[in-house]
Amino acid sequence: MTARRAGRQLHGGKVTYAVLILFTAGSLFPLLWTAVAASRNNTRLAQTPPPFWFGGNLLKNLGTAWTDANMGTALLNTTVVATTVAAGTVVFSTVAGFAFAKLRFRAKRLLLLLVIGTMMVPPQLGVVPLFMTIAELEWTDHLQAVILPTLVSAFGVFFMRQYLLRALPTELIEAARTDGANSWRVVWHVVFPAARPAMAVLGLLTFVQAWNDFFWPIIALTQNGSPTVQVALTGLGRGFIPDQSVIMAGALLGTLPLLIAFVLFGKQIVGGIMQGAVKG
Amino acid sequence: MAGRTPRPASSAAAPAPDPAANGSPGRTGAASGLGRTGGTDSLAADRARARRSRRYRRDLRWSPYAFIAPFFLFFAAFGLFPLLYTGWAALHRVELTAPTDMEWAGLRNFTRLLGDDFFWNALGNTFVIGVISTVPQLLMALGMAHLLNYRLRGSTFFRVALLTPYATSVAAATLVFVLIFGRDYGLVNWLLSTIGVDGVDWENGSWSAKLAVSTIVIWRWTGYNALIYLAAMQAIPHDLYESAALDGASRWQQFRYVTVPSLRPTILFTCVVSTIGAMQLFGEPLLFSGSAGATGGADHQYQTLGLYLYEQGWVNLHLGRASAIAWTMFLILLVVAAVNALIARRLRRGD
Repeated sequence: MTARRAGRQLHGGKVTYAVLILFTAGSLFPLLWTAVAASRNNTRLAQTPPPFWFGGNLLKNLGTAWTDANMGTALLNTTVVATTVAAGTVVFSTVAGFAFAKLRFRAKRLLLLLVIGTMMVPPQLGVVPLFMTIAELEWTDHLQAVILPTLVSAFGVFFMRQYLLRALPTELIEAARTDGANSWRVVWHVVFPAARPAMAVLGLLTFVQAWNDFFWPIIALTQNGSPTVQVALTGLGRGFIPDQSVIMAGALLGTLPLLIAFVLFGKQIVGGIMQGAVKG
Repeated sequence: MAGRTPRPASSAAAPAPDPAANGSPGRTGAASGLGRTGGTDSLAADRARARRSRRYRRDLRWSPYAFIAPFFLFFAAFGLFPLLYTGWAALHRVELTAPTDMEWAGLRNFTRLLGDDFFWNALGNTFVIGVISTVPQLLMALGMAHLLNYRLRGSTFFRVALLTPYATSVAAATLVFVLIFGRDYGLVNWLLSTIGVDGVDWENGSWSAKLAVSTIVIWRWTGYNALIYLAAMQAIPHDLYESAALDGASRWQQFRYVTVPSLRPTILFTCVVSTIGAMQLFGEPLLFSGSAGATGGADHQYQTLGLYLYEQGWVNLHLGRASAIAWTMFLILLVVAAVNALIARRLRRGD
């Protein structure tokens, strides 16, 4: 077994490791340096050479960023938005993906093509009417303004369809139907359990995306209303002399939750992106 | 009353017996309920069966639509309608201050765009930044994927680490890079000075600013694309490599003549996705300037279309003109999609 696998796949040599380590360092360095800069003060950042190791101001800067940019509220808002969007996307994508993978209905192929086609349309292009709509509804500065437009995703539908095609045996659905279950029961008792791994991955991916969303929130929400972290961050640099170390502390606060998620679920997130990509 | 008895599935906890076995002593809820009321057993059972099968057929027929309805409803409300309405708004004079007062303007918004230097500037910038961020990004991702495809110690670590920038928001990433590309005390200029090169005023130069903005994009997305390539690489049948090796192909030749051709659809896909991304580039140029905001630098040297749209709509308050920009972007994307489809077909025929 090992021999066969070793034969199938070449081991990486020293150069491979060297290059990979170099790129890994490049990937991680800006994040690490965010923390370094956040632990210094503005005066130190305005000197050469730049600091390469942590200073003692981290807590103080975090505190300032916390109060100046209202980070507590912002983090809470972002959590609400990202959680709702992730949950909605997962549920809607799973039921739609199930229908496309396993059910028969008219115009299925056409509708599926339509779903895939919508992936090509960047939501940004409809931003003017979307803004007019939420202004009309007086939703500006309310979180539903950023939640509702992103509650479904074509990628999610496609992703769940691909997963359920393989992971959900049709016999299982038929067996449930023979037992007298209607479609809704089939979804609840058969589809959801079978789809759980993919749902978790899609949820993570959507959460990351919703957390980092920038363009629409900055139009729909203001710093004085109920900003998300990303919107709040843009307000940090607005002073006469922007305090870079405080800005970095804010950036750190906004990134930290996702970094923790990456440490905990990195493998699943990686797997999800690779899974979603194959059929691209 | 009996007619409203729960559907067969109501005996959910214990698996319900096969509906086909209705006449047998182990009856479904509905049938036994009717039996107790004392009607003509077989007739009532027949009726119940008919009702059930009607309900069953109705369920089979309509529930698929119910399952896909949320997606299409939300997409129609927040995707399609705004897109079409943007086209309508683009033909009007609309101001942000009174978005409901629309005054017909015909194609004036579009013709004004064509004569607008800032529009062409933004279009050019979007194109340049798109190219200098996408091309190196995808090439590096391809190389990374190739390396990650070897058997490695700690391969999970490398994959996760390379993906971490993807978890960083545009805002956080841009703010760090602003500092790194600082003119006086930035890391990059300090590094340059150690090898005796004069500091570059990254933000105020035309090319240097575009380069810096591209660096942020490259940093955030290379690992993501590498994983997409890696997934496709792992799907390449290994016999291809073995026969190539038998034919005496070197590793580089294997990469060139086996890996890359097999990846063509994926490469095409990432090109399209990156093009769409580049077209929408917004957060990086917005935040790259400390203060200039939506102008994209003092000379608009890194103002992208996305940023120009934002400036027209939300700084200058001309929603009609912003809509015209949005629709122009949409048309450009359609052209890109068409070209892409053409290339894809050519490639398929080539195989």
